[in-house]
Amino acid sequence: MALQYKPTRMELSNLKKRRTVAIRGHKMMKDKRDELVRRFIVYARRNKKLRQETEEKLAKAMQSFVLARAVMSNNEVEEALLYPARAIAIDRSVQNVLSIPVPKLTMETQLDDFVYPYGFATTGADLDTAVQALAEILPLMLELAEVEKATSRLADEIEKTRRRVNALEYVMIPQFDAAIHDIQMKLEENDRGNTSRLMKTKEMLAKEAE
Amino acid sequence: MANGKCAVIGDRDSILLFKAVGIEVYPETDGERANQIMHKLARTGYAVIYVTESLYPLCGETIAEFASEPYPAIIPIPDAFGTKGIGMSALKSNVEKAVGVDILNNS
Repeated sequence: MALQYKPTRMELSNLKKRRTVAIRGHKMMKDKRDELVRRFIVYARRNKKLRQETEEKLAKAMQSFVLARAVMSNNEVEEALLYPARAIAIDRSVQNVLSIPVPKLTMETQLDDFVYPYGFATTGADLDTAVQALAEILPLMLELAEVEKATSRLADEIEKTRRRVNALEYVMIPQFDAAIHDIQMKLEENDRGNTSRLMKTKEMLAKEAE
Repeated sequence: MANGKCAVIGDRDSILLFKAVGIEVYPETDGERANQIMHKLARTGYAVIYVTESLYPLCGETIAEFASEPYPAIIPIPDAFGTKGIGMSALKSNVEKAVGVDILNNS
């Protein structure tokens, strides 16, 4: 879409102002993008590490659980886990990363006061191992949730910012430049037209006076 | 102040264990119903929803809907059959979206 404008001085000064704003905005957007990418890389690295660690440990916990199920009867497992444990307490808040809200999660339940939600009479040791292992990776899982969400939010924001930077750099600013150039040319052409008309009139007047 | 709640959606065998540590479990294997449960949980203020990897691709609708909000965080986790690499590929696509190339695999 080409810019609509009339070749007047007023329009010219308005366009010049808009161009200055666009250039300043472009510079700021570029800075924002660079900073976002820098932080994103930190988050992404942490995300990768956390995910590998969590997946590995979670798989182990689940393996112990499978073993426990093999040793105990189905009913016994169901019975042991039927009664829900005390719900873990998580504090959730929002923190700002370059004015992007990302989640912040902290676990309030201490691992020290973790209690098994079942009696030991009918359960095997494998179940204890599985539950213990899972309880130990809970903080890890929460951190993973926090970091993974932040990573995806930052990725979205980087994409958006990059698009804005490109729009300003390759569309808006060249358009303003072209429009300003065009108006200046037209104004100069008008000036020249005026001057030559004046000269011609003066010549005619001088001839008449003779 | 504890105001965050946590839930797991997945097949019964994989997620029953989470009950023992105080996370709410929602056994479900059907994608459509899992979507509904996830939607309900997200609306009622859950902070984190863990989904097993086999169910995660079926819930794309809800995941996309809440992608632009800080909460809830919908996170894929491996199930009893081990990891399928869905979580990693999600991270990979994020990196590619932000940086242009996958820079994590080279380091």
